[in-house]
Amino acid sequence: MKVRKGADRAGFAAVGLLVVAFAVFFLLPFAGLIDRAAREDGTWDAMTSATARQALWLSLWTSALTVVIAVVAGTPVAYLLSRARFPGRALADALVDLPIVLPPTVAGVALLTAFGRRGLIGEPLEQWTGTAVSFTTAAVVMAQVIVAAPFYVRAARAGFDAVDVQFERVAATLGASRWRTFARVVAPQARSALLGGIVLCWARAMGELGATLIFAGNFRGTTQTMPLAILESFEGAGGLGGAVALSVMLLAVALVFLWLFRLVTR
Amino acid sequence: MRRRLAPWLLAPVAAAAVACSGGGGQEGDITVFAASSLGDVMRDLGAGFERAHPGTHVRLNVASSATLVTQIREGAPADVFTPASPDEAAALSKEGFLSGTPQTFATNHLAVAVPAGKGPVEAFADLAKPGLRLVLAARDVPAGRYAREALRRAEAAGTFGPGFEAAVLSNVRSEEPSVRAALAKVRLGEADAAIVYVTDVPAGDQEVWLVDVPAAVNVRAEYVAAVLRKTANPGTSADFAAYLVSKEGQAILERAGFGRAGTP
Repeated sequence: MKVRKGADRAGFAAVGLLVVAFAVFFLLPFAGLIDRAAREDGTWDAMTSATARQALWLSLWTSALTVVIAVVAGTPVAYLLSRARFPGRALADALVDLPIVLPPTVAGVALLTAFGRRGLIGEPLEQWTGTAVSFTTAAVVMAQVIVAAPFYVRAARAGFDAVDVQFERVAATLGASRWRTFARVVAPQARSALLGGIVLCWARAMGELGATLIFAGNFRGTTQTMPLAILESFEGAGGLGGAVALSVMLLAVALVFLWLFRLVTR
Repeated sequence: MRRRLAPWLLAPVAAAAVACSGGGGQEGDITVFAASSLGDVMRDLGAGFERAHPGTHVRLNVASSATLVTQIREGAPADVFTPASPDEAAALSKEGFLSGTPQTFATNHLAVAVPAGKGPVEAFADLAKPGLRLVLAARDVPAGRYAREALRRAEAAGTFGPGFEAAVLSNVRSEEPSVRAALAKVRLGEADAAIVYVTDVPAGDQEVWLVDVPAAVNVRAEYVAAVLRKTANPGTSADFAAYLVSKEGQAILERAGFGRAGTP
Protein backbone atom coordinates (compact mmCIF):
# COMPACT_ATOMS: atom_id res chain seq x y z
CA MET A 1 0.00 0.00 0.00
CA LYS A 2 2.63 2.41 1.05
CA VAL A 3 4.65 1.83 -2.11
CA ARG A 4 1.69 2.54 -4.35
CA LYS A 5 0.88 5.73 -2.50
CA GLY A 6 4.43 6.92 -3.08
CA ALA A 7 4.18 6.10 -6.78
CA ASP A 8 0.87 7.98 -6.97
CA ARG A 9 2.43 11.01 -5.41
CA ALA A 10 5.41 10.90 -7.76
CA GLY A 11 3.08 10.56 -10.75
CA PHE A 12 0.98 13.45 -9.56
CA ALA A 13 4.07 15.61 -9.08
CA ALA A 14 5.32 14.71 -12.57
CA VAL A 15 1.99 15.64 -14.18
CA GLY A 16 1.86 18.85 -12.15
CA LEU A 17 5.36 19.76 -13.28
CA LEU A 18 4.41 19.15 -16.91
CA VAL A 19 1.34 21.36 -16.59
CA VAL A 20 3.38 24.15 -15.03
CA ALA A 21 6.11 23.87 -17.67
CA PHE A 22 3.48 23.92 -20.44
CA ALA A 23 1.77 26.97 -18.96
CA VAL A 24 5.07 28.79 -18.50
CA PHE A 25 6.04 28.03 -22.09
CA PHE A 26 2.90 29.83 -23.29
CA LEU A 27 2.91 32.64 -20.78
CA LEU A 28 6.55 33.67 -21.17
CA PRO A 29 6.27 34.91 -24.78
CA PHE A 30 3.21 36.97 -23.83
CA ALA A 31 5.03 38.33 -20.81
CA GLY A 32 7.98 39.13 -23.06
CA LEU A 33 5.82 41.09 -25.48
CA ILE A 34 4.19 43.10 -22.73
CA ASP A 35 7.51 43.67 -20.96
CA ARG A 36 9.14 44.86 -24.17
CA ALA A 37 6.17 47.04 -25.13
CA ALA A 38 6.29 48.71 -21.73
CA ARG A 39 10.00 49.44 -22.03
CA GLU A 40 10.08 50.70 -25.62
CA ASP A 41 9.56 54.43 -26.08
CA GLY A 42 7.54 54.34 -29.28
CA THR A 43 4.90 51.82 -28.17
CA TRP A 44 2.02 54.25 -27.78
CA ASP A 45 2.87 56.13 -30.98
CA ALA A 46 2.99 52.87 -32.91
CA MET A 47 -0.36 51.73 -31.48
CA THR A 48 -2.11 55.00 -32.30
CA SER A 49 -0.54 55.41 -35.76
CA ALA A 50 -2.70 55.50 -38.88
CA THR A 51 -0.96 52.31 -40.05
CA ALA A 52 -2.06 50.43 -36.93
CA ARG A 53 -5.60 51.78 -37.09
CA GLN A 54 -6.04 50.92 -40.77
CA ALA A 55 -4.51 47.47 -40.38
CA LEU A 56 -6.61 46.61 -37.32
CA TRP A 57 -9.83 47.78 -38.95
CA LEU A 58 -9.03 45.84 -42.12
CA SER A 59 -8.22 42.72 -40.09
CA LEU A 60 -11.44 42.97 -38.09
CA TRP A 61 -13.86 43.41 -40.96
CA THR A 62 -12.19 41.01 -43.39
CA SER A 63 -12.03 38.28 -40.72
CA ALA A 64 -15.67 38.90 -39.81
CA LEU A 65 -16.64 38.57 -43.47
CA THR A 66 -14.58 35.38 -43.68
CA VAL A 67 -16.53 33.91 -40.75
CA VAL A 68 -19.85 34.83 -42.38
CA ILE A 69 -18.78 33.17 -45.64
CA ALA A 70 -17.53 30.11 -43.77
CA VAL A 71 -20.79 29.73 -41.85
CA VAL A 72 -23.11 30.36 -44.80
CA ALA A 73 -21.25 28.16 -47.27
CA GLY A 74 -19.55 25.77 -44.86
CA THR A 75 -22.52 24.68 -42.75
CA PRO A 76 -24.30 22.85 -45.59
CA VAL A 77 -21.00 21.24 -46.58
CA ALA A 78 -20.40 20.07 -43.03
CA TYR A 79 -23.96 18.75 -42.70
CA LEU A 80 -23.70 16.94 -46.00
CA LEU A 81 -20.41 15.34 -45.03
CA SER A 82 -21.92 14.25 -41.75
CA ARG A 83 -25.22 12.84 -43.06
CA ALA A 84 -25.02 12.00 -46.73
CA ARG A 85 -23.74 8.64 -47.91
CA PHE A 86 -22.19 8.93 -51.34
CA PRO A 87 -19.25 7.35 -53.13
CA GLY A 88 -16.01 9.26 -52.55
CA ARG A 89 -17.18 10.69 -49.24
CA ALA A 90 -13.89 9.81 -47.57
CA LEU A 91 -12.06 11.65 -50.32
CA ALA A 92 -14.34 14.69 -49.98
CA ASP A 93 -13.65 14.59 -46.25
CA ALA A 94 -9.91 14.55 -46.86
CA LEU A 95 -10.19 17.42 -49.36
CA VAL A 96 -11.91 19.57 -46.74
CA ASP A 97 -9.02 18.91 -44.37
CA LEU A 98 -6.34 19.53 -46.98
CA PRO A 99 -6.13 23.33 -46.60
CA ILE A 100 -5.56 22.80 -42.87
CA VAL A 101 -2.44 20.78 -43.60
CA LEU A 102 -1.11 23.04 -46.35
CA PRO A 103 1.26 25.82 -45.36
CA PRO A 104 -0.48 29.18 -46.02
CA THR A 105 2.24 30.01 -48.55
CA VAL A 106 1.07 27.04 -50.63
CA ALA A 107 -2.51 28.29 -50.31
CA GLY A 108 -1.32 31.68 -51.60
CA VAL A 109 0.48 30.16 -54.57
CA ALA A 110 -2.53 27.95 -55.29
CA LEU A 111 -4.83 30.98 -55.25
CA LEU A 112 -2.53 32.68 -57.74
CA THR A 113 -2.63 29.70 -60.10
CA ALA A 114 -6.42 29.87 -60.05
CA PHE A 115 -7.34 33.52 -59.62
CA GLY A 116 -4.09 35.31 -60.53
CA ARG A 117 -3.74 37.25 -63.75
CA ARG A 118 -2.36 34.15 -65.44
CA GLY A 119 -4.54 31.76 -63.46
CA LEU A 120 -7.15 29.30 -64.66
CA ILE A 121 -10.03 31.67 -63.98
CA GLY A 122 -8.11 34.87 -63.40
CA GLU A 123 -6.87 35.30 -66.96
CA PRO A 124 -10.21 35.00 -68.78
CA LEU A 125 -11.83 37.02 -66.01
CA GLU A 126 -9.42 39.90 -66.53
CA GLN A 127 -9.89 39.80 -70.30
CA TRP A 128 -13.62 39.91 -69.78
CA THR A 129 -13.93 42.46 -66.96
CA GLY A 130 -10.63 44.31 -67.22
CA THR A 131 -9.90 43.88 -63.54
CA ALA A 132 -7.79 41.44 -61.58
CA VAL A 133 -8.37 40.31 -58.02
CA SER A 134 -4.76 40.31 -56.78
CA PHE A 135 -3.73 43.35 -54.72
CA THR A 136 -7.35 43.97 -53.71
CA THR A 137 -9.18 43.53 -50.41
CA ALA A 138 -11.22 40.77 -52.06
CA ALA A 139 -7.97 38.83 -52.39
CA VAL A 140 -7.39 39.25 -48.65
CA VAL A 141 -10.78 37.71 -47.88
CA MET A 142 -10.20 34.89 -50.37
CA ALA A 143 -6.88 34.07 -48.72
CA GLN A 144 -8.53 34.05 -45.30
CA VAL A 145 -11.41 31.88 -46.46
CA ILE A 146 -9.15 29.25 -47.98
CA VAL A 147 -7.02 28.87 -44.85
CA ALA A 148 -9.66 29.52 -42.16
CA ALA A 149 -13.00 28.16 -43.37
CA PRO A 150 -11.89 24.49 -43.24
CA PHE A 151 -11.48 24.87 -39.47
CA TYR A 152 -15.15 25.79 -39.18
CA VAL A 153 -16.29 23.00 -41.52
CA ARG A 154 -14.22 20.47 -39.57
CA ALA A 155 -15.67 21.55 -36.21
CA ALA A 156 -19.23 21.78 -37.55
CA ARG A 157 -18.98 18.32 -39.07
CA ALA A 158 -17.85 16.85 -35.77
CA GLY A 159 -20.74 18.65 -34.08
CA PHE A 160 -23.30 17.22 -36.53
CA ASP A 161 -21.77 13.76 -36.17
CA ALA A 162 -22.48 13.91 -32.44
CA VAL A 163 -26.18 14.64 -32.97
CA ASP A 164 -28.21 11.43 -32.93
CA VAL A 165 -29.92 10.85 -36.28
CA GLN A 166 -32.96 9.53 -34.36
CA PHE A 167 -33.92 13.09 -33.43
CA GLU A 168 -34.10 14.07 -37.07
CA ARG A 169 -36.18 10.99 -37.90
CA VAL A 170 -38.62 11.80 -35.09
CA ALA A 171 -38.89 15.42 -36.22
CA ALA A 172 -39.51 14.25 -39.77
CA THR A 173 -42.28 11.84 -38.70
CA LEU A 174 -43.85 14.72 -36.78
CA GLY A 175 -44.07 16.58 -40.07
CA ALA A 176 -41.20 19.05 -39.66
CA SER A 177 -39.57 20.18 -42.88
CA ARG A 178 -35.90 19.43 -43.42
CA TRP A 179 -35.00 23.06 -42.97
CA ARG A 180 -37.04 23.30 -39.76
CA THR A 181 -35.51 20.07 -38.48
CA PHE A 182 -32.05 21.44 -39.07
CA ALA A 183 -32.76 24.85 -37.54
CA ARG A 184 -34.72 23.60 -34.51
CA VAL A 185 -33.22 20.19 -33.78
CA VAL A 186 -29.76 19.71 -35.25
CA ALA A 187 -28.21 23.17 -35.04
CA PRO A 188 -29.16 23.75 -31.37
CA GLN A 189 -27.67 20.40 -30.39
CA ALA A 190 -24.49 21.10 -32.34
CA ARG A 191 -24.38 24.65 -31.00
CA SER A 192 -21.20 24.46 -28.95
CA ALA A 193 -19.33 22.74 -31.78
CA LEU A 194 -20.51 25.37 -34.26
CA LEU A 195 -19.51 28.21 -31.94
CA GLY A 196 -16.13 26.58 -31.35
CA GLY A 197 -15.68 26.33 -35.11
CA ILE A 198 -16.53 30.00 -35.51
CA VAL A 199 -13.91 30.97 -32.93
CA LEU A 200 -11.27 28.76 -34.61
CA CYS A 201 -12.11 30.13 -38.04
CA TRP A 202 -12.05 33.73 -36.88
CA ALA A 203 -8.76 33.28 -35.02
CA ARG A 204 -7.14 31.67 -38.04
CA ALA A 205 -8.42 34.43 -40.33
CA MET A 206 -7.09 37.14 -37.97
CA GLY A 207 -3.68 35.50 -37.97
CA GLU A 208 -3.47 34.87 -41.73
CA LEU A 209 -0.16 36.07 -43.16
CA GLY A 210 1.46 33.87 -45.79
CA ALA A 211 -1.37 33.43 -48.27
CA THR A 212 -2.31 37.11 -47.99
CA LEU A 213 1.25 38.29 -48.62
CA ILE A 214 1.60 36.09 -51.70
CA PHE A 215 -1.85 36.51 -53.19
CA ALA A 216 -2.98 39.94 -52.04
CA GLY A 217 0.30 41.77 -51.52
CA ASN A 218 1.03 44.35 -48.85
CA PHE A 219 -0.48 47.82 -49.13
CA ARG A 220 -1.72 50.05 -46.37
CA GLY A 221 -5.47 50.40 -46.22
CA THR A 222 -6.09 47.86 -48.99
CA THR A 223 -4.38 44.59 -48.19
CA GLN A 224 -2.22 45.28 -45.13
CA THR A 225 -3.87 43.38 -42.28
CA MET A 226 -2.40 43.33 -38.77
CA PRO A 227 -0.08 40.34 -39.36
CA LEU A 228 1.32 42.05 -42.48
CA ALA A 229 1.72 45.34 -40.64
CA ILE A 230 3.57 43.48 -37.88
CA LEU A 231 5.85 41.79 -40.42
CA GLU A 232 6.57 45.09 -42.18
CA SER A 233 7.29 46.74 -38.87
CA PHE A 234 9.59 43.90 -37.84
CA GLU A 235 11.48 44.20 -41.10
CA GLY A 236 11.49 47.97 -40.98
CA ALA A 237 13.99 50.46 -39.68
CA GLY A 238 12.10 50.66 -36.37
CA GLY A 239 13.10 47.10 -35.58
CA LEU A 240 11.33 45.07 -32.95
CA GLY A 241 9.70 47.97 -31.08
CA GLY A 242 6.96 48.70 -33.62
CA ALA A 243 6.27 45.02 -34.20
CA VAL A 244 5.95 44.43 -30.45
CA ALA A 245 3.53 47.36 -30.08
CA LEU A 246 1.28 46.11 -32.88
CA SER A 247 1.46 42.54 -31.55
CA VAL A 248 0.33 43.60 -28.09
CA MET A 249 -2.47 45.61 -29.67
CA LEU A 250 -3.61 42.59 -31.71
CA LEU A 251 -3.44 40.34 -28.65
CA ALA A 252 -5.49 42.77 -26.57
CA VAL A 253 -8.17 43.16 -29.23
CA ALA A 254 -8.31 39.39 -29.80
CA LEU A 255 -8.60 38.75 -26.06
CA VAL A 256 -11.47 41.23 -25.73
CA PHE A 257 -13.30 39.75 -28.70
CA LEU A 258 -12.87 36.14 -27.59
CA TRP A 259 -14.02 37.07 -24.10
CA LEU A 260 -17.07 38.99 -25.36
CA PHE A 261 -17.92 36.06 -27.63
CA ARG A 262 -17.86 33.71 -24.62
CA LEU A 263 -20.08 36.06 -22.62
CA VAL A 264 -22.59 36.51 -25.42
CA THR A 265 -22.83 32.84 -26.33
CA ARG A 266 -22.78 31.39 -22.83
CA MET B 1 16.40 54.07 -26.32
CA ARG B 2 17.31 50.46 -26.67
CA ARG B 3 18.06 48.12 -23.84
CA ARG B 4 19.42 44.63 -23.59
CA LEU B 5 16.84 42.04 -24.34
CA ALA B 6 15.77 39.40 -21.87
CA PRO B 7 17.40 36.19 -23.13
CA TRP B 8 14.18 34.17 -23.46
CA LEU B 9 12.79 36.73 -25.87
CA LEU B 10 15.64 35.90 -28.23
CA ALA B 11 14.60 32.30 -28.46
CA PRO B 12 12.49 32.47 -31.66
CA VAL B 13 14.99 34.63 -33.54
CA ALA B 14 17.95 32.61 -32.33
CA ALA B 15 16.18 29.37 -33.12
CA ALA B 16 15.40 30.59 -36.64
CA ALA B 17 18.99 31.65 -37.14
CA VAL B 18 20.32 28.37 -35.80
CA ALA B 19 17.93 26.51 -38.09
CA CYS B 20 19.47 28.40 -41.01
CA SER B 21 22.99 27.92 -39.80
CA GLY B 22 22.72 24.39 -38.47
CA GLY B 23 24.03 25.21 -35.01
CA GLY B 24 27.63 24.12 -35.40
CA GLY B 25 30.68 25.54 -33.76
CA GLN B 26 33.03 23.57 -35.91
CA GLU B 27 36.31 25.27 -36.73
CA GLY B 28 36.29 27.34 -39.85
CA ASP B 29 32.50 27.62 -39.96
CA ILE B 30 31.04 31.08 -40.51
CA THR B 31 27.52 32.39 -41.00
CA VAL B 32 27.04 35.22 -43.50
CA PHE B 33 23.95 37.42 -43.17
CA ALA B 34 23.43 38.57 -46.76
CA ALA B 35 20.96 40.96 -48.39
CA SER B 36 18.23 39.39 -50.59
CA SER B 37 19.79 40.71 -53.78
CA LEU B 38 23.06 38.93 -52.93
CA GLY B 39 21.39 35.58 -52.38
CA ASP B 40 22.47 33.83 -55.57
CA VAL B 41 25.96 35.31 -55.94
CA MET B 42 26.72 34.71 -52.26
CA ARG B 43 26.29 30.97 -52.80
CA ASP B 44 28.96 31.12 -55.53
CA LEU B 45 31.18 33.29 -53.36
CA GLY B 46 30.76 30.90 -50.44
CA ALA B 47 31.65 27.92 -52.62
CA GLY B 48 34.68 29.75 -54.03
CA PHE B 49 35.85 30.68 -50.54
CA GLU B 50 35.48 27.11 -49.31
CA ARG B 51 37.62 25.88 -52.21
CA ALA B 52 40.25 28.53 -51.55
CA HIS B 53 40.23 27.86 -47.80
CA PRO B 54 39.89 24.10 -47.25
CA GLY B 55 38.30 23.17 -43.92
CA THR B 56 36.02 26.17 -43.87
CA HIS B 57 32.27 26.17 -44.34
CA VAL B 58 30.13 29.18 -45.23
CA ARG B 59 26.49 29.19 -44.15
CA LEU B 60 24.03 31.75 -45.48
CA ASN B 61 21.10 33.60 -43.98
CA VAL B 62 19.47 35.59 -46.77
CA ALA B 63 16.80 38.23 -46.03
CA SER B 64 16.16 41.91 -46.61
CA SER B 65 18.89 44.09 -45.09
CA ALA B 66 16.37 45.58 -42.68
CA THR B 67 15.41 42.13 -41.40
CA LEU B 68 19.05 41.17 -41.00
CA VAL B 69 19.62 44.27 -38.86
CA THR B 70 16.74 43.31 -36.58
CA GLN B 71 17.97 39.72 -36.33
CA ILE B 72 21.49 40.84 -35.42
CA ARG B 73 20.15 43.35 -32.87
CA GLU B 74 18.17 40.57 -31.23
CA GLY B 75 21.24 38.38 -30.90
CA ALA B 76 21.25 36.12 -33.97
CA PRO B 77 24.67 34.42 -34.37
CA ALA B 78 26.08 36.17 -37.44
CA ASP B 79 29.79 36.32 -38.33
CA VAL B 80 29.76 38.50 -41.45
CA PHE B 81 27.09 41.04 -42.42
CA THR B 82 26.65 42.11 -46.05
CA PRO B 83 23.73 44.55 -46.44
CA ALA B 84 22.67 46.27 -49.67
CA SER B 85 23.40 49.70 -48.23
CA PRO B 86 26.10 51.22 -46.00
CA ASP B 87 23.30 52.75 -43.87
CA GLU B 88 22.39 49.37 -42.35
CA ALA B 89 26.03 48.70 -41.47
CA ALA B 90 26.47 52.21 -40.09
CA ALA B 91 23.49 51.77 -37.79
CA LEU B 92 24.83 48.50 -36.36
CA SER B 93 28.35 49.94 -36.19
CA LYS B 94 27.10 52.84 -34.08
CA GLU B 95 25.42 50.38 -31.73
CA GLY B 96 28.68 48.49 -31.32
CA PHE B 97 27.78 45.29 -33.13
CA LEU B 98 30.54 45.46 -35.74
CA SER B 99 34.32 45.29 -35.51
CA GLY B 100 36.35 47.47 -37.84
CA THR B 101 35.07 49.61 -40.69
CA PRO B 102 32.60 48.13 -43.20
CA GLN B 103 34.29 47.69 -46.60
CA THR B 104 32.52 48.24 -49.92
CA PHE B 105 32.86 45.14 -52.11
CA ALA B 106 30.29 45.62 -54.88
CA THR B 107 27.90 48.11 -56.43
CA ASN B 108 24.59 47.78 -58.17
CA HIS B 109 22.03 49.83 -60.09
CA LEU B 110 18.28 49.91 -60.45
CA ALA B 111 16.25 48.67 -63.39
CA VAL B 112 12.56 48.15 -64.05
CA ALA B 113 11.55 44.49 -64.24
CA VAL B 114 8.58 43.71 -66.51
CA PRO B 115 6.98 40.44 -67.62
CA ALA B 116 8.58 39.21 -70.87
CA GLY B 117 6.74 40.21 -74.02
CA LYS B 118 4.99 43.32 -75.14
CA GLY B 119 3.52 45.03 -72.11
CA PRO B 120 2.53 48.48 -70.93
CA VAL B 121 6.05 49.37 -69.76
CA GLU B 122 8.71 49.85 -72.44
CA ALA B 123 10.51 52.84 -70.93
CA PHE B 124 11.01 54.33 -67.46
CA ALA B 125 8.52 57.10 -68.28
CA ASP B 126 5.76 54.47 -68.72
CA LEU B 127 5.75 53.88 -64.94
CA ALA B 128 3.43 56.90 -64.65
CA LYS B 129 0.77 55.37 -66.96
CA PRO B 130 -2.57 55.47 -65.17
CA GLY B 131 -3.77 52.10 -63.91
CA LEU B 132 -0.37 50.44 -64.10
CA ARG B 133 0.19 47.73 -61.49
CA LEU B 134 3.53 48.62 -59.94
CA VAL B 135 5.21 46.84 -57.04
CA LEU B 136 8.07 48.20 -54.94
CA ALA B 137 10.13 46.84 -52.08
CA ALA B 138 8.97 48.28 -48.75
CA ARG B 139 10.33 51.72 -47.90
CA ASP B 140 12.59 50.43 -45.13
CA VAL B 141 14.27 47.91 -47.44
CA PRO B 142 17.30 49.36 -49.30
CA ALA B 143 15.86 48.52 -52.73
CA GLY B 144 12.62 50.26 -51.77
CA ARG B 145 14.54 53.28 -50.50
CA TYR B 146 16.64 53.46 -53.68
CA ALA B 147 13.55 53.14 -55.90
CA ARG B 148 11.85 56.04 -54.15
CA GLU B 149 15.09 58.03 -54.38
CA ALA B 150 15.20 57.45 -58.16
CA LEU B 151 11.62 58.70 -58.44
CA ARG B 152 12.51 61.81 -56.41
CA ARG B 153 15.45 62.46 -58.75
CA ALA B 154 13.21 61.98 -61.79
CA GLU B 155 10.78 64.53 -60.39
CA ALA B 156 13.59 66.98 -59.63
CA ALA B 157 15.15 66.53 -63.07
CA GLY B 158 11.86 67.52 -64.66
CA THR B 159 12.51 65.34 -67.72
CA PHE B 160 9.38 63.31 -67.10
CA GLY B 161 7.08 66.23 -66.48
CA PRO B 162 5.64 67.63 -63.26
CA GLY B 163 3.83 65.20 -60.99
CA PHE B 164 5.77 62.19 -62.33
CA GLU B 165 6.79 60.96 -58.88
CA ALA B 166 3.25 61.21 -57.49
CA ALA B 167 1.80 59.53 -60.58
CA VAL B 168 4.22 56.60 -60.28
CA LEU B 169 3.67 56.24 -56.53
CA SER B 170 -0.11 56.20 -57.04
CA ASN B 171 0.41 53.09 -59.20
CA VAL B 172 2.03 51.16 -56.35
CA ARG B 173 -0.19 48.19 -55.50
CA SER B 174 2.03 46.44 -52.99
CA GLU B 175 5.08 47.12 -50.83
CA GLU B 176 6.86 43.80 -50.71
CA PRO B 177 9.07 42.61 -47.84
CA SER B 178 12.13 42.21 -50.07
CA VAL B 179 13.28 43.12 -53.58
CA ARG B 180 13.05 39.44 -54.56
CA ALA B 181 9.43 39.29 -53.39
CA ALA B 182 8.69 42.33 -55.58
CA LEU B 183 10.37 40.62 -58.54
CA ALA B 184 8.35 37.45 -57.91
CA LYS B 185 5.13 39.44 -58.41
CA VAL B 186 6.40 40.44 -61.88
CA ARG B 187 7.53 36.90 -62.65
CA LEU B 188 4.01 35.69 -61.87
CA GLY B 189 2.50 38.38 -64.08
CA GLU B 190 0.56 39.85 -61.16
CA ALA B 191 2.43 43.15 -61.41
CA ASP B 192 3.16 45.03 -64.64
CA ALA B 193 6.46 46.33 -63.26
CA ALA B 194 8.75 46.40 -60.24
CA ILE B 195 11.84 48.47 -59.54
CA VAL B 196 14.65 46.03 -58.76
CA TYR B 197 18.43 45.73 -59.11
CA VAL B 198 19.88 44.94 -62.53
CA THR B 199 21.48 41.84 -60.99
CA ASP B 200 18.12 40.44 -59.84
CA VAL B 201 17.30 39.28 -63.37
CA PRO B 202 19.93 37.00 -64.93
CA ALA B 203 20.86 37.50 -68.57
CA GLY B 204 18.65 35.43 -70.86
CA ASP B 205 15.75 35.26 -68.39
CA GLN B 206 12.70 33.90 -70.23
CA GLU B 207 10.05 35.35 -67.92
CA VAL B 208 11.28 38.79 -66.96
CA TRP B 209 12.84 41.57 -69.03
CA LEU B 210 14.61 44.64 -67.80
CA VAL B 211 13.86 48.22 -68.78
CA ASP B 212 16.61 50.75 -68.07
CA VAL B 213 16.36 53.37 -65.38
CA PRO B 214 18.07 56.41 -66.98
CA ALA B 215 21.58 57.04 -65.64
CA ALA B 216 20.65 60.60 -64.68
CA VAL B 217 18.11 59.39 -62.12
CA ASN B 218 19.55 55.95 -61.29
CA VAL B 219 20.85 55.23 -57.82
CA ARG B 220 24.12 53.51 -57.01
CA ALA B 221 23.61 50.78 -54.44
CA GLU B 222 26.68 49.92 -52.42
CA TYR B 223 27.22 46.56 -50.76
CA VAL B 224 29.47 46.54 -47.72
CA ALA B 225 30.89 43.69 -45.68
CA ALA B 226 31.47 43.90 -41.96
CA VAL B 227 32.65 41.35 -39.41
CA LEU B 228 30.53 41.07 -36.26
CA ARG B 229 32.24 41.94 -32.99
CA LYS B 230 30.81 38.82 -31.36
CA THR B 231 31.92 36.41 -34.07
CA ALA B 232 33.09 33.03 -32.78
CA ASN B 233 35.55 32.85 -35.68
CA PRO B 234 37.23 36.23 -36.27
CA GLY B 235 40.00 34.75 -38.46
CA THR B 236 37.80 33.01 -41.02
CA SER B 237 35.32 35.92 -40.96
CA ALA B 238 38.06 38.42 -41.80
CA ASP B 239 39.35 36.05 -44.51
CA PHE B 240 35.87 35.92 -46.04
CA ALA B 241 35.52 39.71 -46.02
CA ALA B 242 38.95 39.91 -47.71
CA TYR B 243 37.92 37.24 -50.24
CA LEU B 244 34.98 39.44 -51.34
CA VAL B 245 37.38 42.16 -52.53
CA SER B 246 40.00 39.69 -53.82
CA LYS B 247 40.55 39.20 -57.56
CA GLU B 248 38.62 35.93 -57.51
CA GLY B 249 35.72 37.29 -55.44
CA GLN B 250 35.41 40.37 -57.62
CA ALA B 251 35.39 38.20 -60.75
CA ILE B 252 32.47 36.16 -59.38
CA LEU B 253 30.57 39.33 -58.53
CA GLU B 254 31.28 40.82 -61.95
CA ARG B 255 30.01 37.68 -63.68
CA ALA B 256 26.74 38.08 -61.76
CA GLY B 257 26.45 41.65 -63.03
CA PHE B 258 27.61 43.55 -59.97
CA GLY B 259 29.90 46.57 -60.27
CA ARG B 260 33.43 46.47 -58.89
CA ALA B 261 34.08 47.95 -55.46
CA GLY B 262 35.85 51.04 -56.82
CA THR B 263 33.56 51.80 -59.77
CA PRO B 264 31.08 54.68 -59.74
